[in-house]
Amino acid sequence: MNSLIIAGLLLVLLGLAYQSGWSRGRGLATANGVKVHSRPQYHGSYVAIWTLVPALVIIGLWGWLGDGITHNFIVSQIPTETVQSLDQVGLNATIARIKALASGYGVAGEILPYEQTAGDALRSFQFITFLVVIAAAAIAGAAALFYARSRVTARHRARNAVERVINLALLACSAVAILTTVGIVASLVTEAARFFTFINPLDFFFGTVWNPNNAGTAGNWGSYGLLPLLVGTLMITFIAMLVAVPVGLMAAIYLSQYAPRQLRAIAKPIIEILAGIPTIVFGFFALVTVGPFLRDIGNFIGLSISATSALTAGVVMGIMIIPFVSSLSDDILNQVPRSLRDGAYGLGATQSETIRNVLLPAALPGIVGAFLLAVSRAVGETMIVVLAAGNSPVLRGNPFEPVATITVSIVNQLTGDTDFAGPQSLVGFALGLTLFVITLCLNIFALFIVRRFREQYE
Amino acid sequence: MADTLSTTAPASNDRTRLIRASLSRRHLSESIFRGLGLAAIIVALGFVALLFVDIVRKGIPAFTQSNLHLSVTFDPEIISVDPAPVRAAGQSEADFQAANLKWQRDVAMLNWNKVIEASLRAAAPAGYEIDTRQILTIAETDARHRVRELFVKDPTLLGKTVQVDVLASANADNWIKGNINRDLGDAQQQLSAPARGLIDQYETNGTITSGFAWSIFTNVDSRAAPASAGLLGAFVGTLWMMLVVILLAVPIGVASAIYLEEFAPKSRLTDLIEVNINNLAAVPSIVFGLLGAAVFINYMHLPISAPIVGGLVLTLMTLPTIIIATRGALLGVSPALRQAALGMGASKTQMVFHHVLPVTFPSILTATILGVAHALGETAPLLLIGMKAFVAAVPATPLDQATALPVQIYLWQGNENRNFFEPRTAAAIMVLLVVMIMLNGVAIYLRSKLEKRA
Repeated sequence: MNSLIIAGLLLVLLGLAYQSGWSRGRGLATANGVKVHSRPQYHGSYVAIWTLVPALVIIGLWGWLGDGITHNFIVSQIPTETVQSLDQVGLNATIARIKALASGYGVAGEILPYEQTAGDALRSFQFITFLVVIAAAAIAGAAALFYARSRVTARHRARNAVERVINLALLACSAVAILTTVGIVASLVTEAARFFTFINPLDFFFGTVWNPNNAGTAGNWGSYGLLPLLVGTLMITFIAMLVAVPVGLMAAIYLSQYAPRQLRAIAKPIIEILAGIPTIVFGFFALVTVGPFLRDIGNFIGLSISATSALTAGVVMGIMIIPFVSSLSDDILNQVPRSLRDGAYGLGATQSETIRNVLLPAALPGIVGAFLLAVSRAVGETMIVVLAAGNSPVLRGNPFEPVATITVSIVNQLTGDTDFAGPQSLVGFALGLTLFVITLCLNIFALFIVRRFREQYE
Repeated sequence: MADTLSTTAPASNDRTRLIRASLSRRHLSESIFRGLGLAAIIVALGFVALLFVDIVRKGIPAFTQSNLHLSVTFDPEIISVDPAPVRAAGQSEADFQAANLKWQRDVAMLNWNKVIEASLRAAAPAGYEIDTRQILTIAETDARHRVRELFVKDPTLLGKTVQVDVLASANADNWIKGNINRDLGDAQQQLSAPARGLIDQYETNGTITSGFAWSIFTNVDSRAAPASAGLLGAFVGTLWMMLVVILLAVPIGVASAIYLEEFAPKSRLTDLIEVNINNLAAVPSIVFGLLGAAVFINYMHLPISAPIVGGLVLTLMTLPTIIIATRGALLGVSPALRQAALGMGASKTQMVFHHVLPVTFPSILTATILGVAHALGETAPLLLIGMKAFVAAVPATPLDQATALPVQIYLWQGNENRNFFEPRTAAAIMVLLVVMIMLNGVAIYLRSKLEKRA
C-alpha cells in the first residue's frame, strides 16, 4: 500500500516535471523566433532527472534507515524494566505483537496495557513518519524542479546534460560485467584462502585421497586431495573429446564441403538442437538409457562396465559437445580463403585430398582453438557428471569404473550448506578456483589461437 | 582428367599410366572420406533422434494416472468435532483466526483414514478380506487431506455422502501400468497380495480408472504422497526467476553493449572489458553458483533458495551472451545509416537510440529469448544457492522459497520409488523441453517476421 503511494507520487512528480520542462522549452521556441539549443523533450527530461534524483535519495535513505528507527522507537515505548527482563527472542516477539496491534490486525490472547499504548503510539508514529518522508521527498523534488526549470533558457544545453546522464547510465551497466568477474575472483580467492587456513595447500593440490569428513571437527577434517577429482575430470573430458571430435569435425567437413544445400539446411539446425538441450536432460538420458546400455554391452563382450562410470558420462558429454565442435569448425573451415582450395583443385587433387592436405592444415590452428574451447566446456560441465559418473572419488585409471570430478565434488560439498565455517564446505571454493583457473587458461589460450588464425587470412 | 593430359611424348604417357593406375585408389579414398562425413552426420542426427524418442517413450505413460472414484460418507461417528467457530461481533481478527485455527487443528486430529477406509471397503466386493493397513496402501496418502479439506470448506457435509475422486497410490499406479513385474514374489512387491488383488477387482468394477494426470500441472511437489507430486511450484519458481532475468539482464546487457560498441573510447580499459566479457561467457555455470552462494547468500544475506537469488545468478550468467549478441547486431548496422543520421545533425546518442537500435531490435530480441531459454535449463548454479530444498508450496513472491523446473527434474530422478518417478521425471523433462522449444520457436518466428519488415 505504502509503496504504491510512493510509486504513484514519484510518477506524478516525474510527469509534472517533464511536462513543465517540456512546455517551458516549447515556449522558448515560439517566442520571437529565438534559436533554441535543445528540443522541448530534452528540457522535459532534464527537469525530470533533476526532480527525480533528490526525491529518490530521500526515499532511499528512509528505506535504508527506516527499519532501525522504527525498531528504536518501539523499544523506547516499552517500559525499561520490561526491556531489561526480556531476552532477544522475547523482545522480538513483543515488537512483533506491537506491530500487529498497530496494523489493526490485533493479536491473539490478552493484550498487556503497555502493549496497547505502544501499539497506539507506533500507529501514530508510522503515520507521521510516512507523511514526513512523503512531504520531504515531494518538497525536495519540487524545489529541484523549480531550480531546474529556472535554468531552462534558449541557450541552455539540456540535450548535452541529458546525454551525459544517459552515457553515465550506460557506463554503469557495462561495469556490471566487470563487477561480476571481480566478484567471482574475490569470492573464490577469499573463501579458498580461508580453506587453506584449515588444510595445507600442498595436501590439497597433490593429495591422492579425497575423503572429506563431513561431520569432522578440528584436527579431524578428513583428507582433501585434488588428484582423484582431477584425474576423473580429465578422464571424462578425454572420452568426451574422443566422441565429439571425430563426429563433430567430420560432420562440419561434410556439411560445409559435400552436403547438398537442402541437407545442410535441415541437418545443421537439428544438430544444433543438441546445444540447446539442458544438461540435466543429458544427465537423465545417461543415467537411465546410456549407462544400462553400456553395461549390457560390457556383459555381452565380457567386460565389467558400471552403469554409472567415466565412460557413460564421457560418451554423453561427447554427444553434448558435438554441435559446439561442429559449428566452430564449420566457421573456421569457411574462413580459409577460396583461392587455396581452387589452387588444389587446379593441381588435380580430389575433394578429399584438398580437404586433408590443404584445408585442414590451413585451418589447423583455428580448429585446435575450437577443441580447446570444447575441452573447457567439458571440464566445467556439471549435471551430466553428477548424475552419470557414479561419484566415486578414488584415484584409478579404469574408465569403466565410477569416478568423481571437480564439479561433482563442488555440488556435493556445498549443496544447501551456507555455513561456510569448516573446510567441508569451503573446499568447494578451492575446487571452484581450480576449475576457474583451468577453464580461464584454456579459454584465453584458445581465443588467442583463434584470433591469430583469423588475422592470418584477413 | 586423363584426357587433358594425353600428349604424344613418351614421358607423358608414362605419367598418364601412373596417374590412371593410382586413380581408382584415390577415388576409393575419396568415397571413404565422404562416407565418413555422411556417417558423422547420421550419427549426430541419430543421437538427437535417440534422445527425443527415449525421453518421449519414457515420459508418455506418466501423463496418464489411476484415479479412485469413491463415495465418501462423512460419518458423524468418526467425525466428532465441535461446530465451526463463527466470528462474533467485537471479536478481533486475530482472536477469530486463533479460534478457527484451533477448530481446524481439532478437525485434523480426527482419524480421516477411517473415512477413507470405509469408502474403500464400500467399493470392494462384499466380504473381501484385507486389513486396514493394506487397504489404505491403495489410495494415495493425500486422500485424507483432500477429504478433510472438503469438510473444512463446508462443515454441513457432516452425515452426507459425496462422490470424491482421489488418486491411487504410486505403488497401485505402478501395478496397474505394469511398471513393476507382476510375477515377482511377495517379498519384492511393494503392495501385499490382498491389496494387489483388490486393485485388480477395482479395475474391473470401474472404481479405478485411468485419466489424464492433471496433477502434474496443478499440484506442487510432494514427498508423502508421490502420486500427487506435480510441477506447479517449480514452474512458478522458474517463472519468477525468468522474470528477474528478463527485467535485469536485457536492459543491462543491451545498455552495456551499446556503451562498449558505440561510446567507449578505444583504450586499454575497454580492451580489458572486452576480453573479460568473452571469458565470462565461457566460465562454467557452476562458478556462478559459487559466486551466488558467497556473495548473495553468505555476504548479502538474501533469502536462501529464493527465486530472486536464482534470478540474479542466472542474470549474471546470461549477461555476456546478450552483450555479445547485441554488439554483433550493432556492428552489423550499415555505416550509411549512421552517417546519414549524423549528417542530418543528430547527436551521437540520438543516432544510436533513434536509428541504430531500432534496426537491431530483431537480433536483440532473438538473442534475449535464446539467452533466457538457456538460463531456463540451467541447474548446477541453482543447487549451490539452496534451490534444491524440498518446497511444497507455490511461491507467491520472488522472495519465497521455491525450486525450479530443472532442479525438480534433478530431485525426481533421485527419488527412491524409481518405478513411479522415472516416467514422471521424463514427463517433467518433456514439459521443460516443450517450454524451451516454444521459446525458440517464438524467437525464430519473431526474427523472420521482424526482419522481413525491417
